[in-house]
Amino acid sequence: MSQLTYHRALEILENVCIGCSHCMKVCPTEALRVSGGKAHIHVEWCIDCGECYRVCPTRAIRVMDDDFKQIFDYKHRVLLVPSVFFAQFSDNISRDKIYSIIGELGFTEICAVEQSVDTLILEENEYVKNSVKPAISSFCPAVIRLIQVRFPSLVDHIMRLIPPIEITAQYYKRKFAAGGIPEKDLGIFYLTPCIGKIASVKSPVGGYKSPITGVINMDFFYNKVFLAYKQHIPITNQVVVSKELSSTGVLYPVTGGESSHIEGKTLAIDGMNNVIDFLEMLENEEVEGFDFLELRACDQSCAGGILCHRNRFLTAESMREFAASMPDTHNLVPEYLTHCSAVIHMDEIEPRSMIKYDRDIDIALKKMEGAKKLRMLFPGIDCGACGAPSCEALAEDIVKDQAEINACIFLRTLFEKRGEITLEEAVKIMERIWGKDRFSKEI
Amino acid sequence: MLSEFIVEGGDFTRAGSASSQIKKILKNLNVSPDVVKRVVVALYEAEVNIVAHAFKGVIYADISNSGIKLVLEDEGPGIADIKMAMTKGYSTASQTVREMGFGAGMGLPNIKDNADRFEIISNVGKGTRLTIEIDFL
Repeated sequence: MSQLTYHRALEILENVCIGCSHCMKVCPTEALRVSGGKAHIHVEWCIDCGECYRVCPTRAIRVMDDDFKQIFDYKHRVLLVPSVFFAQFSDNISRDKIYSIIGELGFTEICAVEQSVDTLILEENEYVKNSVKPAISSFCPAVIRLIQVRFPSLVDHIMRLIPPIEITAQYYKRKFAAGGIPEKDLGIFYLTPCIGKIASVKSPVGGYKSPITGVINMDFFYNKVFLAYKQHIPITNQVVVSKELSSTGVLYPVTGGESSHIEGKTLAIDGMNNVIDFLEMLENEEVEGFDFLELRACDQSCAGGILCHRNRFLTAESMREFAASMPDTHNLVPEYLTHCSAVIHMDEIEPRSMIKYDRDIDIALKKMEGAKKLRMLFPGIDCGACGAPSCEALAEDIVKDQAEINACIFLRTLFEKRGEITLEEAVKIMERIWGKDRFSKEI
Repeated sequence: MLSEFIVEGGDFTRAGSASSQIKKILKNLNVSPDVVKRVVVALYEAEVNIVAHAFKGVIYADISNSGIKLVLEDEGPGIADIKMAMTKGYSTASQTVREMGFGAGMGLPNIKDNADRFEIISNVGKGTRLTIEIDFL
């Protein structure tokens, strides 16, 4: 049942979607189909990686973030800001200026998400010593969900430690509680460059409950801050800024920023396809001897986050430059160590296997055999004209009664040639997949 | 369900393609991850054995609701002393093969460890026939 209540971070806006199928082509779990001229998500297969959002030309994919106005329901409004956020601005806009604008927009306190990183790295090294090898970083939520869905045999490799955002949020929760602030007065908000993080905060894995009150879309917030900057809004509010942060923290979200601090033989891999290739090898036990793997779904890791607008290489470079000006450690590390070790661990992560054919193996075998025969009939060019991402996916859909064999444009042409279907029927099939108005244009 | 795969001797860059395809089928049938792992490890080893030692071979896979039966037939030098070949650490692999990271002498014993039923028949100068059965439950 947990699959049904699983939180989703993405939604397709039917009235905006033009059924171009770009999203369908990039989905790493083949969770998208086009019918009636609109894209549809297979909810249980979606891993919230956001690849579809990245390629959508009409912005028809909506991020299910929280309403910004809700921050005013709280007296104390803390914004946890990831280091990639500042790297979205050109270098001549000072951090202090950005802080003051964030304060003016309504937050009372600002802290770097990565303040907890130094502590987490110590814990990671302890963890890796005794874990299943290689331990896979639990930092990237899309990678965790990818492993749950496509590589269930590898779930026990996922490091059972919570990510920096959750540790920093725990620290703030504790700090305000210690200061006698009632829980209902405190709102902890996370500014996210990542769609996967939205889902992971809303429905975390590993039996953990997040102290984060709401998630704010970084793409939306960047525009808000930059507009305020351009309009020179007067600054009237005071904001508390915790500037304790190390160079290690700044660089943790870029590729290699985590693995370079882990002892032993490590590897850092970014980009969804690269990660999938490597996990296939790992699953086959073709790679040996690694202690730790940093796997990130986005090219250039969070610098290439789905909700980052700036070029990923410029973003990463800007982060490196800022890191060079920062100290190796910071003053709050001992305090984090004392208070966070207890909350840093999470339970085992459950696999979320995607039911391809059927739960019953007899039925599944029969359907699979049917799909295999169908595949021999299809052209194998994965054109997507049928509304499925590949010939293989169409064959699967047909044996599950979710598509018809005539959906294949090659077979349909063959049937037309033989006179087995009429032109009108062929047009109707195309309309069912791609929508009526597509075939009523005046040329 | 029957599937068939051709394996070419000496083609290490393609070794593992049969095990990858079988893995995909088993995962799509929701066979438990532990079982999938055993099948993939055993088949991969056996596939590499053909590549490393034989001229060519065929892999027949029969998947039913209760398990998988793999038959690997190769045309090659055969195994003179099967008992010795089943000893952990024993290998006749050439230096070149070892340098590619194969031929540690764990192949056959490892296949047997992962199989529920295992049979090996060999004719010196002709070839080897390996049968591996792994149950789903």
